[in-house]
Order: sequence, then C-alpha cells, then structure tokens
Amino acid sequence: MLLKNKTILLTIFIIMNLASAAQLFGIERFPRPQFESDYQQPRMTSPDPRAATYEYIDIAALLAALSVTTFLILKKRSRRGVFVMMLLSIAYFGFWRKGCVCSVGSIQNVAYALANPDYAIPISVIVFFILPLVFSLFFGRTFCAGVCPLGAIQDVVILKPQRIPLWLNHMLRGIPFLYLGIAVLAAVTGSMFLICRFDPFIALYRMGGDWGMVSFGVALLLVGVFIARPYCRFLCPYGVLLGWLSKFSKYHASITPDECIQCKLCETSCPFEAIDVPVTEKPVESQTVARRRLAIILIVMPVFMLLGGWIGSHLNKPLSRLHPTVRLAEQVNNENAGRIYETTIYSRTFRASGETMEQLMAEVRQIEHKYKIGGWWLGMFLATAAGMALINLSRRRRQTIYETNHTHCLSCGRCFDYCPRHHALKGDLVQT
Amino acid sequence: MDKPNKNQPVSRRTFFGDTLRTLSALGLGSLVGFGARKATSEELVWQLDPDKCVQCGQCATECVLDPSAVKCVHAFDVCGYCKLCGGYFKPDAKSLDTAAENQLCPTGALIRKFVEDPYYEYTIDESLCIGCAKCVKGCGAFGNGSLHLQVRHDCCVNCNECSIAKACPSNAFQRVPASKPYLYRGVQRKDFYPEK
Repeated sequence: MLLKNKTILLTIFIIMNLASAAQLFGIERFPRPQFESDYQQPRMTSPDPRAATYEYIDIAALLAALSVTTFLILKKRSRRGVFVMMLLSIAYFGFWRKGCVCSVGSIQNVAYALANPDYAIPISVIVFFILPLVFSLFFGRTFCAGVCPLGAIQDVVILKPQRIPLWLNHMLRGIPFLYLGIAVLAAVTGSMFLICRFDPFIALYRMGGDWGMVSFGVALLLVGVFIARPYCRFLCPYGVLLGWLSKFSKYHASITPDECIQCKLCETSCPFEAIDVPVTEKPVESQTVARRRLAIILIVMPVFMLLGGWIGSHLNKPLSRLHPTVRLAEQVNNENAGRIYETTIYSRTFRASGETMEQLMAEVRQIEHKYKIGGWWLGMFLATAAGMALINLSRRRRQTIYETNHTHCLSCGRCFDYCPRHHALKGDLVQT
Repeated sequence: MDKPNKNQPVSRRTFFGDTLRTLSALGLGSLVGFGARKATSEELVWQLDPDKCVQCGQCATECVLDPSAVKCVHAFDVCGYCKLCGGYFKPDAKSLDTAAENQLCPTGALIRKFVEDPYYEYTIDESLCIGCAKCVKGCGAFGNGSLHLQVRHDCCVNCNECSIAKACPSNAFQRVPASKPYLYRGVQRKDFYPEK
C-alpha cells in the first residue's frame, strides 16, 4: 500500500517536474514559423493600472472629508451635515474606491512595514493610517463620524437602537483589543491580513464576494438596526487606536455648546452609549479603600502582564497556523504519516517544487519562533488593556455635567439636537 | 512637575492632558517614521510570475471579482502557431476544428484563426476569459508555453491583500510598483513594459 502510494507520488512528481521545466526555460518545442503570407503578428496589450494621480486624489479626498466633518461637528454642530458626509463617504470610499485601501486595513501595512524593512509601503497607505489618528488626537473621532465607509454604512441603518446591559457592553468592548493584537501579530509575521480577510462590508461595496462574508456583512447590518454600529464598537481594531488618541483630544465635540443645565434630555440620545452621566451620589466606599485597591492593581499589573505574555507565548503553535506555510507543513506531515490520503493543491505543489521537508520544517520553526516573541507582546498588550480597564473602573469619577465619553464617542452629533442650550444658541426655540 | 505659571496657573489635569497629547503625537510620529523607512511614492500593484505559476486553476475562483481579474494572455513571439494546439483542444478531441466539444476553454475565450497551412493564430477574448488556466496548462505541457496568466490591471481592484495571492500554492504573486505591472513570457517582455 505504502509502496504503491510512493510510486504514484513519484510519477506525479516526475510529470510535474517535466511540465514545469519545459515552461521554466521556455523550451521551444515548436519554433516560430516563417510565414509566407503577409501575416501581421498582433501586439500584446498592456492595460495600465490606475494612474498615480488618483492616489493623490484619494489622499486629498480623505483630508477634505476629515476637515469638513470636523468643521461640521465642532463649529457648525450639524448632524445633518455629518449625515451628508457619510453618504458621500459611502459613495466615494465605498462604492467608487471599492473600500480599498482603508484606514482600518492600513494598520496591517504599517505593522508589516515595521517588521519587514524590505517592504516599500506606499505613501498613500501611510497617510490613510496617520491622518485620522492625528485628527482624533486633536478633534476626537470625527473620522468615525463621517469619513469611514465601514462606519457610515452601519450608521445609516440605525433605526431602533436598543441599550445593552452595561456589563455586556464592557465585555464586548474588549474584543477589538484582541482583534487588533492578533491582526497586528498576523501582519508582522507575514501570515495574512486578517482585517482585510474579514472585512464584513467590502463585499457589499464591491457588489460581490464569497457568500460567507456577504452574509456576515448583511447580518451585521441587520443587527445594526437594533444595536448601533456593532462593527465599530465591538470589533473595529482601528477604533482602539482612535479611542486612545481621542481620549486626550484637545477639542472634542461636546453635547452642550456652552453650559450643561443638567436637564437629562440627552441621557438616552446616544445609540452608542457613549455619554457619561454626572456622578451625583457620594461614593459608596471610602477614599482609602479605593486608593488601596488602585495600589493593589498597580502592583499586580506587572505580574499580570508577565502572566499574559507567558500565556501568549505558549499559544504560539495554534496561533502560527494563521501562516499558510505552517498549515502546509501540517498537511504534508499528515500525508507522510498516512493520516490523510487526500493531497491538496498546496502539498502537491510543494512536492513538485523540489523543496525538502527539512527546509520546510526550518521555515516553520522560524515562523513559530516569531509567534513566540509576538505572543509575549500580544499577551502583555492584552493584560495591559485589561488592567487599564480595571483602573478606569476603580478611578473616582468627578464628573458634574453630561459629557461625551471621549474614548467611545464617535462624534456623530446625534446628541446635539437633544440639548436645549444648542437650540437656544441657534435661536430656533419658540418663545411662549 | 513644572512650577505653575505665575499668571495663569496650569491645573494638574491640563498638564497631564498636554503631556499625554504630546507623547501620543511623538509616539505616532516615530511609529510612522520607523515604518516608512523605505516608503515609496508609487502605488503597488499585484503581479503574477508566469514562471512560478502551476496552473492550479484557483485564479478563476479565488478573486474577489467574478470573472477574475487574472486572465490568459498570449505571447505571440513564443507561439508555434500549431495546428494541434494543446491549449486549444481537449486531449481527446475527435476532430481538429472549432466545434465547441473539442475546445478546452470552458468559455470559448480562446479564438483560433487560420493563417496559412498548417499554421493557426490563437487570440484571447479577455471579456470571456475567466483565468482558469486550462489552456495555459495544455500549452505548457504540449507546446511552447506561450499562453500564460497575468493580472489585468484594467480589471484588478488592487485589494490591500490579494485573495488569489493568499491562495496561490506556488507564491507566484507579488506586489510591484505600478509602473512595471506586467511580466510577460518571451522576448516581448522588455518591449511591453509601458514606458514611463
């Protein structure tokens, strides 16, 4: 049985080698004929890729969209304007540019460029990565509000937003950290661009794609009718970065244009649950207890981080399966050991390539080593994120007014209309 | 901590805010600066190396577009103008004519035209080609390998990560500067890079 298997494999190997050798060296089995008629050989055509100027148009469009949205939010306080910007974004960055390259995906190009100096990252990708972050650092997440095509398509379907339990909200908000960590790890190791592979809306923008991703996108939109912007809040890895920077933003959108009159009208206006309410009652626990707990968290943090790193590094084997070479080695090993009889196109190509098993395994070990180191970083990153969340929970809030949560607020401008001061300043309140 | 300004006292909150903001800006700057060591002002496009291609047929199925942006192209300089074309006819073709049942191409995109006895010219109707590489395999196995696959950039939407590249068993795809997007077989290779 085994012998027979080997003979078949050997035959396949020889045939494939012959075929590929003929192509590789362009063996002219049949020399080009000397035509007697006045035959004119057609020329090969080379349709050009998109002209380079379009790249700059994209950059200009991004900058313009960010500036206009920021202006509409911070100066005009116009939700309607932002809505128009969203539609424009869906049209241009979505349907016209087919959703590529987007800022969310550019994380991976930057991560890949950091780890592989050979990779020449296009300027436009860097600009798509950095511009929204810079805007976020100064003006809050205006990119999410009116520029991101992924956000915009979800925003237009928010019809009956429901509040979800606080504990669930906090839990789900952790997922983007995990997604970001794993996506960066996969990009750095050259395994795959996870964020692009699992982009739920790009298939809709391209009007075609594999049915799995199309149905995921449609499902998210259906969920999005009740739970506002599920991808942005509970998945988007770029949102993590935007949130960090937005937290320190100098000029963030605020609910009231001047002063909060504690009318509570805006309390439930935010479909993203990103409004922090004033702390009215006195803290239940005494200051010393809270301080002691904070101190304990701070002391335990390094241990926690080390633990996370250790766990991450020990997950390197399952994580490294994101890399196609590791999956190939697994397949070939299984075939060799007789656990699998069906070969795949990948294992057949590997056998035809003449690469030895030792070379393949050496590659795999290298990848697993990368994942070992990457796993340390991933674990520490996740532990830190969890620790920061704990610290944030135990920090004493001294808020006196209704204010947007700068990390989670998407600057969509929905709350403006709920604020009486907003209308008073605009002068559209009816005097009675 | 700094001494507060005499005229305008800086609150601890503002100070921390400003510090963190500056730090984030610096962090972002260095991150991007480090990542952009070898940045290029040129856009990158996907390119298929026909010498690495093993004609697995996944170009037809893995592309996000339907039909695929990968199409068969013909290097006329390398072609033998065979009457019995391994790329055109099924191996078990009953007769060497253009009857559909004899054709290897599932969509009839490969067009055979009589030139002079015994030579035939083969051209590709790219609007019909789905990039299945059946003809490429046949041509490579029995002929000169003049039929080969290329990413056609009038179709390709240039995804950030090409899904065919990810599925390619022989790593035949790579990102190249947009000024040299094609890698043709045969002597025409150098002639047909668009001059820029």
